Amino acid sequence: MTLRAPRLHLPVLATLAVLVVLYVAASIRFENFATLRVFMNFLGDNAFLGIVAIGMTYVIITGGIDLSVGAVIGCTTICTAVLIQGQQYHPVAAFAVVIAAGTLLGATQGWLIQRFNLQPFLVTLAGLFLCRGLGLWISSESVQAKHATFQTLEKIRIPVSDGVWLPFTEIVFITVLLVGAYVLRHTRFGRTVYAIGGDEQSAHLMGLPVARTKIGVYALSGFCASLGGVVLVMYTSAGNAINGTGLELDAIAAVVIGGTLLTGGYGSVFGTFFGLLIFAVMQSAITFEGTLSSWWAKIVTGVLLLAFILMQRMLQRSR
Amino acid sequence: MALLEMAGVSKAFPGVLALDSVSFSVDRGEIRALMGENGAGKSTLIKVLTGVYASGSGTVLLDGVSIAPRSPAHAQELGVSTVYQEVNLVPNLSVAENVCLGYEPRTFGKINWRKVNERARRAMSRLNIDIDVTRSLTDFSTAVQQLVAIARAVDREAKVLVLDEPTSSLDKIEVERLFTLMRKLRGDGMAIVFVTHFLEQVYSVADSVTVLRNGVKVGDWAVTELPRQKLVAQMLGRDLDEVPHVDHREAIGTDVLVTVESLGRKNAMEPISFDVRRGETLGLSGLLGSGRTETMKMLSGANPADSGVISVSGIGTRGSRLRPRSPRDSIRLGIGLCPEDRKSEGVCPGLSVSENLLLVLQARRGWLRVIRKKQADKIVSEQIERLRITTPDTRRPIENLSGGNQQKVLLCRWLVAEPTLLLLDEPTRGIDVGNKLEIRKLITDLAKKGMSFVFSSAELEEVVNTCDRVVVLRDRRKVGELKGAEVTEQNVMARIAEGEA
Amino acid sequence: MKLHPIAYPLIGLALILLFNAFFTPGFYALELRDGRLYGSLIDVLNRATPVLLLSIGMTLVIATKGVDLSVGAVMAIAGAVAALLVTDKVSFLSVSHSVLLVVLIALVVATFAGVFNGVLVGKVGIQPIVATLILMVAGRGVAQLLTGGQNVTFNNPALERLGTGSAFGLPMPFVIFIVVFVLIAVFVRKTALGLFIEATGSNAEAARLAGVASDKMKVAVYAVSGLVAGIAGVIACADIRAADANNAGLYMELDAILAVAVGGTSLSGGRFSLLGSVVGAVLMQALTTTILTRGVSPHATLVAKALIIVAVILLQSPEFRASFARRKHDPARA
Ligand SMILES: Nc1ncnc2c1ncn2[C@@H]1O[C@H](COP(=O)(O)OP(=O)(O)OP(=O)(O)O)[C@@H](O)[C@H]1O
Ligand SMILES: [Mg+2]
Repeated sequence: MTLRAPRLHLPVLATLAVLVVLYVAASIRFENFATLRVFMNFLGDNAFLGIVAIGMTYVIITGGIDLSVGAVIGCTTICTAVLIQGQQYHPVAAFAVVIAAGTLLGATQGWLIQRFNLQPFLVTLAGLFLCRGLGLWISSESVQAKHATFQTLEKIRIPVSDGVWLPFTEIVFITVLLVGAYVLRHTRFGRTVYAIGGDEQSAHLMGLPVARTKIGVYALSGFCASLGGVVLVMYTSAGNAINGTGLELDAIAAVVIGGTLLTGGYGSVFGTFFGLLIFAVMQSAITFEGTLSSWWAKIVTGVLLLAFILMQRMLQRSR
Repeated sequence: MALLEMAGVSKAFPGVLALDSVSFSVDRGEIRALMGENGAGKSTLIKVLTGVYASGSGTVLLDGVSIAPRSPAHAQELGVSTVYQEVNLVPNLSVAENVCLGYEPRTFGKINWRKVNERARRAMSRLNIDIDVTRSLTDFSTAVQQLVAIARAVDREAKVLVLDEPTSSLDKIEVERLFTLMRKLRGDGMAIVFVTHFLEQVYSVADSVTVLRNGVKVGDWAVTELPRQKLVAQMLGRDLDEVPHVDHREAIGTDVLVTVESLGRKNAMEPISFDVRRGETLGLSGLLGSGRTETMKMLSGANPADSGVISVSGIGTRGSRLRPRSPRDSIRLGIGLCPEDRKSEGVCPGLSVSENLLLVLQARRGWLRVIRKKQADKIVSEQIERLRITTPDTRRPIENLSGGNQQKVLLCRWLVAEPTLLLLDEPTRGIDVGNKLEIRKLITDLAKKGMSFVFSSAELEEVVNTCDRVVVLRDRRKVGELKGAEVTEQNVMARIAEGEA
Repeated sequence: MKLHPIAYPLIGLALILLFNAFFTPGFYALELRDGRLYGSLIDVLNRATPVLLLSIGMTLVIATKGVDLSVGAVMAIAGAVAALLVTDKVSFLSVSHSVLLVVLIALVVATFAGVFNGVLVGKVGIQPIVATLILMVAGRGVAQLLTGGQNVTFNNPALERLGTGSAFGLPMPFVIFIVVFVLIAVFVRKTALGLFIEATGSNAEAARLAGVASDKMKVAVYAVSGLVAGIAGVIACADIRAADANNAGLYMELDAILAVAVGGTSLSGGRFSLLGSVVGAVLMQALTTTILTRGVSPHATLVAKALIIVAVILLQSPEFRASFARRKHDPARA
């Protein structure tokens, strides 16, 4: 008998299996696909999505959902850019302001959901409209964000192998990933998140801090979304209110492909990471294919999504 | 001054005064039974005490200090540990986590999983249960889950332990283990509140009794000064009818209604064969996890079997011999299942009492033949009267009913649809003495009129006194069958034990 | 005080109408031209029609504890099919002579899309958001594939009438909506289907054990959702005389879900109110129209929408009303 932490659930392993199959298939199909550089590119291009998806994982495990994240990203990027360019804020100060605002927005949503027993779907949909509207109100055009600090931050990077580096944005992502996974698995806060997803009423009757934890996960999701926005600004050196349109669905898809159930109670951060990689590999494969028109890309994405979900189900059933 | 004193506690729900200025007390080293019919207000009193509901008025003194619990967590902090009615645990986590959630031993903020598991195992062993605590809670039966909930509450080292119908799905053996533990805790000076509908349990473990009726306290007694009859009379406000006489009719043995041939399911139930005769009540008896629920679920198509068939006589040759793949298959054959777990498989919360009651009948009639409102009202009010269901308004959501009353609605749901064979998995769980007899009488009457039942209950006495024949199960297989005069508690126990060797 | 759930969106709607009575001159002006009414009120109804149609199906889907994200994409597909058929761009199927047939085929395709969702949810057991997300992504791709990424314009008076014509003085799309609404409302409320749907959404396992074919119910509600999305799609393309696969029905799934929720149907399944969703959809459109006619930045509409959503769902929350009631009574007790 083992005496370790709760085991990884089967869906995560299923996701990993699918990821490996997909990666191998893509590597056979395309030369140069299975290089470290391409892999780093997956991470870099999707770092902000990944950070958002980790916050989303927490929310979804409690049985909730956060539709506001894409709009928060858009709003964050435009605010950051305007603060740096227009208001002459130091980038670090600007980052602090927008991240604090994002976290506060998340906490407010969480408070409404918890205190008045409102539907997360609706409250965060309102959050989506609010942030999108505010962002566009501030500026409906893209705003440049240039500052010497960005170059300094770019210098922070970890060598992986010769010529391949882990840049700052990816370091941020990996850090969030590791901390997120640890907190969910090994702290009381994390276990309460699962308990709420399993049966909220029971969790309450068991004397768990349900209110605090629920507000906490939405605050966390707001934090992750605004951090994702900041990372995006660093990555693109610009802010745009329409950034992150539809990103909430990508994040949800990554979480779900990673084996987290939308009904709550089951899932893991690493699952989400694998889900994200599947998403990224799929997209790179479509880019590598090159000749695919944008609609074929959509159809292929949908078909692959369907294939994964079905495959996962089969793996789960035939245990 | 007693350890816990509640005075003048009232609580109103829309249309019901659930508690009317009730006072209640329990002292150190005392086990006080809280008794009353379904809907009398026992659970409500407990929920006010533990901060689930804000009370309208009244005071609560603990150790002479006035307290006002705001939430279950707060009550816990104050030293009141509770097992609520129905299993209130989280199904997605392991047994160990369910025992320790919120109180996990930590080192530097990180949960120490080794200690969590150890602690859970220790808590379970106080109840003499040895299971793999790292397995998911859902791997275990309702009974084990109930034990886990008890272990969790006991592990908190509280001043007051509150148990709301903890024994409703436990076997005799488990109940005895629980009582041993309760006596020990009493010896350590804990105050224990114990809600149950089983009279003999009151006499075997409790020191004193408080009776509620319709939200009003009837009185406090020491158990020694309150004989059984008097207790029942206090609870019901009237004397109990005679226990129905069961004659274990062997004569009905000719007309076989349903034949079950080697029905089995991999990893769940060994192939099992038996038959049910017309107008008979067949008992399924066995210990926890012996396969009672599993057998019923296969028979009803809820968990389809993967081998064997059942055949039903008297409904034409075609389609009467098959392996049911869904509840609808079985219902078409006239077989219905009233499931064990009313919370997750029984009630449709949000829907009204009357909709819940008519659901099976309507489903049987199909979507086009709607039950007219007048007819519906008539059926519903008839049933409510027949089983004495207490509800202010049948258009209210069913979740506002007390647990026992919900159970009665679910039973009616099937009775009005008149199946030829009704599978009753613990139908009297959480039902008060008066109603329990009522239900048993009803079953006996309907059986005399030609309806057949398969009946299971954790209470052996009930199985023996209700059923004409008993199939004994052990370790997910059939180990014997008793009929006629053989049906006695001793014989059933002996059959169960025989397999032990 | 406890009001009927539909009262809250109605109060909201009344407030907006009242606001307009004072601050928007001519809001209530109606004009009869060529046997057809014109005016802001009619405009609100006309613009609300696509969401109104979608919200019928969405209400039923949500009642089973589901959600259908694909309706916007299905609208695009239905529009594309109708436009291609009416312009005879489908070589093997020449039906442009009969608009009825064109519409029928488009609706069959849309219903089929709904059945696809329903099978994934009801039979395979995939979570509704994910199952319909698949078609949401791929469906728009299919619509674009059909139209080759271009707007397919057509010139067919009979088809155009569905979008721009009128009947009984009202815009044709709205009349179509009324007919569809009445048919479906009768269909679910005068039969036992409504009860079965609510039972399925309330506790699917309990419903299944009680003999309700909850899996079939699920397939059916998604099929209906696909069908009404198809109707909305055909109307949308008839309205602009073109199939615009890129934009038809874009983000409309969110508006439909919103209308349902504002109308008092809980997203956690069970009880539903079709009429409530109608009020919800009209409320949201009246709000948008009001803001637009006031000449405020369109981005402010989004912000206002957000605030209205929060206000309405707060009003519907018993906890919120209770916390108000307590505040009112507390001084009296002290
Ligand atoms: N949440 C609620 N809303 C409305 N009415 C309620 C609610 N909870 C309980 N009631 C009503 O209060 C009364 C007391 O219910 P309670 O659950 O306390 O009974 P009980 O004594 O525990 O019965 P049982 O033995 O069946 O568990 C019942 O009439 C019930 O219908
Ligand atoms: Mg009770």
